[in-house]
Amino acid sequence: MTILNELSAVELRDRITGGEIKSVDAAEAVFQAIAAWDPFLHAYNSTFRESTLRGAEKIDRDRAAGKKPGLLSGVPIAIKDNICTTFGTTTCSSKMLADFRSPYNASVVEKLQNAGALIVGKTNLDEFAMGSSTENSAFGPTHNPWNTRRVPGGSSGGSAAATAAGLCSAALGSDTGGSIRQPASLCGIVGLKPTYGLVSRYGLVAFASSLDQIGPLARTVADAALLLQVIAGHDPRDSTSWPEPSDDYLSELEKPLEEVRLGLPEEFTGEGVDAEVASAVRTAVEFYRAQGAKIVPVSLPHTRYGIAAYYVIAPAEAASNLARYDGVHYGHRAAHPEDLYDLYAASRAQGFGPEVQRRIMLGTYALSAGYYDAYYLRALKVRQLIKHDFDEAFQQCDFIACPTSPTVAFELGAKSGDPLRMYLCDVFTVTCNIAGIPGMNIPCGFSSDGLPIGLQLLGPIFSERRMLRLARQYEKNHDWHKRRPQPPAAEPRHKQPD
Amino acid sequence: MPQTLSEQQVLHVARLSRLKLSSADVARYARQLSSILDYVAQLQQVRVEGLEAMSHPLPLHSVLREDRVEPALPVEQVLANAPGREGPFFTVPKVLDTALDGA
Repeated sequence: MTILNELSAVELRDRITGGEIKSVDAAEAVFQAIAAWDPFLHAYNSTFRESTLRGAEKIDRDRAAGKKPGLLSGVPIAIKDNICTTFGTTTCSSKMLADFRSPYNASVVEKLQNAGALIVGKTNLDEFAMGSSTENSAFGPTHNPWNTRRVPGGSSGGSAAATAAGLCSAALGSDTGGSIRQPASLCGIVGLKPTYGLVSRYGLVAFASSLDQIGPLARTVADAALLLQVIAGHDPRDSTSWPEPSDDYLSELEKPLEEVRLGLPEEFTGEGVDAEVASAVRTAVEFYRAQGAKIVPVSLPHTRYGIAAYYVIAPAEAASNLARYDGVHYGHRAAHPEDLYDLYAASRAQGFGPEVQRRIMLGTYALSAGYYDAYYLRALKVRQLIKHDFDEAFQQCDFIACPTSPTVAFELGAKSGDPLRMYLCDVFTVTCNIAGIPGMNIPCGFSSDGLPIGLQLLGPIFSERRMLRLARQYEKNHDWHKRRPQPPAAEPRHKQPD
Repeated sequence: MPQTLSEQQVLHVARLSRLKLSSADVARYARQLSSILDYVAQLQQVRVEGLEAMSHPLPLHSVLREDRVEPALPVEQVLANAPGREGPFFTVPKVLDTALDGA
């Protein structure tokens, strides 16, 4: 039994470029793991075995010919299915786009391919990235590899489950209110939401344009840094992309930060946080203290309005963005419409699932005449206050530490009947998107049921380079990230008789 | 301000949203959206006088590219995903009254 699919992306790349491992063998190992495990997880909407193997053969040929390898030579990467690829479909896990084939590649996909990465498949998500459990997929939910009765989190649940289970080396997700960090936390991996504007959104199917950001999900901090190194940077095709050059995330990764001040927000503890989650996060903070960090209490008083502001702003932007699905240009079209209005309304009602419909109506309501000032404009002002809280806090500390998710992975179906309860899953993650700052999850323990717990680090804009070093400092001294979920075949349902 | 949505209002919002709902949908959405709006109503407690609305996290304004013609997608690619087409056009149900034909 091979473990090629369990190596870190950095190690796999090094062994492939060093000639110890054939890229083809690594790719085969990933597809063996997918065949064995994905029927239980449903992490992937689609996989690209043939093109991956062809790409791997080329990597091996190029190496033999002495060509200079890329940063991700031969590394199998999964892509969230709301990121456009010219190969296969880009479905957003929606009936609306079930057959949609993008005429262009997202910038991040071009960058990955130029760096030698192999795109193994497109991963499942909550429809149009709206959700926190990946249960809102039109193609059925993804299951958590640590316990298949539990959700993987969402909306990048497929990318998180695939990465945790070794069905790829690492993956891309998108994060609008926690959709990279929360599933990373629930699946026990690293997930990074970059500063707004650091990674191009060109080719990311828009949900809430002022909040959406693409980022990496990986099994190690170094792998997340490696992916960020490849995908970050200005892109003229995204007018919200930051025009300055991006940092070097790799060169000083192993160097611990000196004299770091770690802020503990009083608003991120207490009510609603699982005791085991609170305890694991406290222990992680104590580790940093023992390493010389100065722990400072900080206050983010408007955090408690975060979810409320988010569920006005995000649906308002979504209602506008999703207006393009009209049954005319692409996507699902209802049969036998009575007239043009009916074509729009019937196509959209049939093509969108209930959560997407809820958010479109919520956003339309918040933007409609008579309610615009009271909802949308007010939410944008509260947004200013939330950002201001962070600005003040980062005067007193360099980074903020808190839980990523208030709970470990919950059971499938536990919250799917109550939209508002599901929204509250994002209580610690949404303010980061609202303010545009970077945030990441790193594994920091396990519950007594064996489910992963995550620590969230938040920092000022464009602090990813130092944030990754801070995360690496923790990871280097712990082995949570080395624990991996066991595939179903290796998990006997009952003891075998001798 | 109302913190609950009547079925009438849901129908109005659904029409603005171009969503054709069944009566069961309307009842369910009225309940769910009301509970969400009830939660969101806490924004009314925040003092926001004198604050500027923040629509975007970065200080980027009116980003323009050079005014130069660049290659666009070929028509065949543009129409490749169209659910209905005729020649180089997207098709939709008739929008003009037939009485006007040939006028």
